[in-house]
Amino acid sequence: MSSNPLLEVKKLKKYFPIKSGILSKTVANVKAVDGIDFTINCGETLGLVGESGCGKSTAGRTILRLLEATEGEVVFEGQNIFNLESEKLRELRKEMQIIFQDPYGSLNPRNTVGDIVGAAYIIHGIARGKEKRQKVLKLLDTVGLREEHIDRYPHEFSGGQRQRISIARALALNPKLVVCDEPLSALDVSIQAQVINLMRDIQQQFNLTYVFISHDLKVVKHISDRVAVMYLGKIVELASKKDMYSSPQHPYTQALLSAIPVPRPGANKNRIILEGDVPSPVDPPDGCRFHTRCWEKINICQEEKPVLKDLGGGHFCACHRR
Amino acid sequence: MEKKILEVKGLKTYFYTEDGIAAAVDGVDFEVAKKETLGIVGESGCGKSVTALSIMGLLESPPAQIAAGEIIFKGEDLLKKSDKERRNIRGNEISMIFQEPMTSLNPVLSVGNQIGEVLRIHQRLKKQEAADKTIELLDLVGIPLPERRIKEFPHQLSGGIRQRVMIAIALACNPSLIIADEPTTALDVTIQAQILELMKDLKEKLNTAIMLITHDLGLIAEVAQNVMVMYAGQIVEYADVDRLFEQTMHPYTIGLLESIPGVDLEIDRLDVIKGLVPNLYDLPQGCRFHPRCKDARTVCKEKEPKLYDLKGHKVRCFKYSGTW
Repeated sequence: MSSNPLLEVKKLKKYFPIKSGILSKTVANVKAVDGIDFTINCGETLGLVGESGCGKSTAGRTILRLLEATEGEVVFEGQNIFNLESEKLRELRKEMQIIFQDPYGSLNPRNTVGDIVGAAYIIHGIARGKEKRQKVLKLLDTVGLREEHIDRYPHEFSGGQRQRISIARALALNPKLVVCDEPLSALDVSIQAQVINLMRDIQQQFNLTYVFISHDLKVVKHISDRVAVMYLGKIVELASKKDMYSSPQHPYTQALLSAIPVPRPGANKNRIILEGDVPSPVDPPDGCRFHTRCWEKINICQEEKPVLKDLGGGHFCACHRR
Repeated sequence: MEKKILEVKGLKTYFYTEDGIAAAVDGVDFEVAKKETLGIVGESGCGKSVTALSIMGLLESPPAQIAAGEIIFKGEDLLKKSDKERRNIRGNEISMIFQEPMTSLNPVLSVGNQIGEVLRIHQRLKKQEAADKTIELLDLVGIPLPERRIKEFPHQLSGGIRQRVMIAIALACNPSLIIADEPTTALDVTIQAQILELMKDLKEKLNTAIMLITHDLGLIAEVAQNVMVMYAGQIVEYADVDRLFEQTMHPYTIGLLESIPGVDLEIDRLDVIKGLVPNLYDLPQGCRFHPRCKDARTVCKEKEPKLYDLKGHKVRCFKYSGTW
């Protein structure tokens, strides 16, 4: 793994306005992503974890400019992608792909696998006809599907196979970065394991960089090199996988890790049970956003926002007590 | 003496459809004792939910039909009872917690009415009595400010609170058996931890027997005493929780455990079960797991193994037949 950054995310914010009244005045904002910074190196997998509503999927989509950011910069190979004109952006799209969670909803039911996977070749004017078919067949082979699958429709496949189709589609243009948005959540464990192995194989084969978004901490641990934990639109902790799982620093990370049910009787004894729910991202708490549920809070936590600081060795944590 | 509450014998639930007959549950035997938590684990389509719905009598017929078997609850066969008698048992003596709290709560009824309805129908409580009992129940399942919550509607509640309301409904009539079908699957981990804690707590307090249906072996390890692993409509392994995890026998169960990415293990590549769950309309000959099994031999392709009982640890695999 080389250590030159492929992607730099700087102070990224994405607000969704809530409009009301006949003049559609913006009355409030859902602060889905509220100032996050990180870099990803070439060939690396960054796991982005958090619970529903923490902003991880919005972050993933904003990075690819599928959503327009409210503020901040995303620098891909030295270029700020938010300043690009549409023609240049189209070129850049070849380098960045996404795999969605729901393999049922993200494949067009009226198109054959050949059309779905090959669409990108047509759009970017790379290949058509026989040449396109040859390329698609090669991709299907890479993701473990058979030749005869090319003329079938999505409904003829199981969930695991559909996710393989999505992966083939993402690989079509030989991208550098793939954002994987909960690609395994809809699958059964035995199928999940097959797809995890496939994703690791193609990562090595094509030298891919992954942003792996998931709520499943076990899967993230397996597949990531570094992990960022999000809570209410902010990154609360970012560290190498080893540091994150062996010595989590932020109270939220500690609670999150302790909540995973381990398949071994008696292994789930010292669990931290958080009280209450995640507050609304429309009106997040002042100071540290986690203070309403934190058992270590002191006065400053309610007043001042903690910043993400390096605790040493690239282990970042946003907590006043650390 | 250990008292059994529920005994299922030779249950076969078939779906008669245009494509043929799907044996969703194909000869399942088990018991649930008083105060026991039985975990049922398996992947989509293994028949775990259909087993639960058969016990509840909630399957739509046609296409579903209970082709054979007995479901004995407190000494009486539920399958011989009339619809009315079953309705009295359902929700009263046996209740169910579903996976998706948003779709299983009625969106146009307030929380208070929803829980109160159960109490008024089954326990014949008056309106005020039902309201008082509802507040008590909400308090029991750990919902803060119950007096205010009873006026709220499901869409105003968070996922965790909704699932607590579901649990309150299930507990309303003090049932002797609760069937929980993936009760925490739709919830975030920290909320799941809260609900698990609540369920364990309530079990201590109320002594209810629980059938916990899940695909998550982690949950099973945490709350179940006995575990039943299902595959393609059949039980493939049955044991107490310690033996199931420490002396796992069936190749399918072993494969399932190895497919879970470890939290405290450093493995680079997961061991996987190859292939897919078989199509219920077109089951393989012999052992239903043999096309995916690492250890399969000729006998597995030809004959169907029975459930061998090794001192209470049951396993459907020829490896344990004594002649392997």
